[in-house]
Amino acid sequence: MKLHTISINNLKRRKAKMAFLTIGLMVGIATIVTLVTLTRSMSSDIERKMDEFGANILITPQSNGLAMNYGGISLGGVTFDQREILEEDLARIKTITNHKNISAVAPKVLGGIKIGSHDVLLVGVNFESELKMKQWWQIFGHEPKAENDLLLGSDASRVLNVSSGDSLTIKGETFTVAGVLDQTGSQDDALVFASLPKAQKLLGKEGKITLAEVAALCSGCPIGDMVTQIAEKLPDAKVSAIQQVVEGRLKALDQFKRFSYAMAGVVVFIGSLIVFVTMMGSVNERTTEIGVFRAIGFRKSHIMRIILLEAALVSLLAGFLGYAVGMGGAKLALPFMAESKNAVLAWDTSIAFGSIALALTLGLLASLYPALHASKMDPTEALRAL
Amino acid sequence: MALIKITNLKKQYTSGDDTVEALRGVDISIEKGEFITIMGQSGSGKSTLLSVLGGMNHPSAGEVEMAGVKLYHLPGEKLADFRAQNLGFVFQSFHLISYLTAIENVMLPLAIVKTSTAAKKSAARQALEQVGLGAKLDRLPNQLSGGEQERVAIARAIVNNPHILLADEPTGNLDSKTSDEVMALFRTLNDAGQTVVMVTHNPDNGRYADRTITLKDGMVV
Repeated sequence: MKLHTISINNLKRRKAKMAFLTIGLMVGIATIVTLVTLTRSMSSDIERKMDEFGANILITPQSNGLAMNYGGISLGGVTFDQREILEEDLARIKTITNHKNISAVAPKVLGGIKIGSHDVLLVGVNFESELKMKQWWQIFGHEPKAENDLLLGSDASRVLNVSSGDSLTIKGETFTVAGVLDQTGSQDDALVFASLPKAQKLLGKEGKITLAEVAALCSGCPIGDMVTQIAEKLPDAKVSAIQQVVEGRLKALDQFKRFSYAMAGVVVFIGSLIVFVTMMGSVNERTTEIGVFRAIGFRKSHIMRIILLEAALVSLLAGFLGYAVGMGGAKLALPFMAESKNAVLAWDTSIAFGSIALALTLGLLASLYPALHASKMDPTEALRAL
Repeated sequence: MALIKITNLKKQYTSGDDTVEALRGVDISIEKGEFITIMGQSGSGKSTLLSVLGGMNHPSAGEVEMAGVKLYHLPGEKLADFRAQNLGFVFQSFHLISYLTAIENVMLPLAIVKTSTAAKKSAARQALEQVGLGAKLDRLPNQLSGGEQERVAIARAIVNNPHILLADEPTGNLDSKTSDEVMALFRTLNDAGQTVVMVTHNPDNGRYADRTITLKDGMVV
């Protein structure tokens, strides 16, 4: 017989009370686990979807020119000392500290070219990364695969009077229009896209690129840091973050987090209240028992140890169960909550350990006052008769 | 030298503007090995006297000296330690812990003693055999009769070999036959050298005691 025997036997033989206390705390922990897991899963889902909306870092050649356009109307520009980026330099982007946050790098070479009697802007792209980054593109026809395949914007297709499957001759070389883009409302509508090596050859810019778009994915990732890291690797290039995309992304994630923390706060409060009220009730119910303990020589600290050990055991169990039930709840709720069907449940050991630690802290804190109250009971009052 | 020496003991309870004098200058001396019954009508102060003797109720004035120790001069939790090492309690309503078996209830005072579980079990078994309950060690209190519960309570009170056994109306909830059996048990313990101080208002219990102290209005008469 030791002090913990008293705590364990009390819990074992008062199953209903123990179950009520465990369930009360478990519901609180499970709600937090569900909320946090759902928020994390939804955040990564949203993050993934947002990344699909395009690039958030732009790499352009360093120039001392000033763009002269206003409201989308270009008035030309005064540019001197124009430099271009070497394609091989882009490989250095993958060596930055945050390289794991880079989802796609889409290099481009731009140049004017004559097709028949029309002057068009030819854009050389790496179709694989371009299509990964611009998932909103609707292609009539099929995706370009062969070296001589072209992809035309809707306006370019109309002006050149070609559609998918037709042929086009550029500088004496025959190309096939693999697909035509549905109208996007952007500059893409007027462009002719070719594979990067072919466009470089046609424009006489072998091994060079005009700009590169980078898609970085992460929750609240250090875009500013990544811009600096890329700029250090590419001293001849101008690296800038597309602030609107970044800030919009961060704001959306921040709102989700704040909502989650606010809900978690309310649930923590309710959970603590349940533990406090139940433990207080239990202590009051056990007044006589505590009086007997004190009368036979138990110190105040012994009484506190008995009550707090009971709370710790119940809290541990509630933590384990709360995590399991919470994850189950999150798994069931995720398909209804997430926007995409591909949303994946975020399994995280820190949530498992965190929920058990939280249950323990919560249980002990909420039981501290009832334990103190029990230890301070006057044995004479507690036993009444004596 | 007396085992218990009570000198000019006073205890007042205040409730609002009212002050009740439960004990008004009690002087008692109890020798080692004595069996004392304290009698008196309800409100005479006998339960208050027992709680003060048990180190659970600070007196308003006076001294309680036990085995050479001035009880209420002990600092902090030393009084609790004194109770654990020197006193055994038998309560009127048995006050057994409902979720502990008979042997676990008896082992309760030993839960705070640093010794092996085997030694604690052996002491508890011996105490239960002493009160005639050696065959019902693993019964829960609700599986025992009133008399048996009283015996478990007595075993719990003697398991740590206390200097003094304090009992508050131990037969108050028992029929006359069981009362006699329980009183005979107290007598047997006393015959073996155990000092017993018992509060009772049953005059029949007095015949088992060496001496009866009668209280009236908080004073010894």
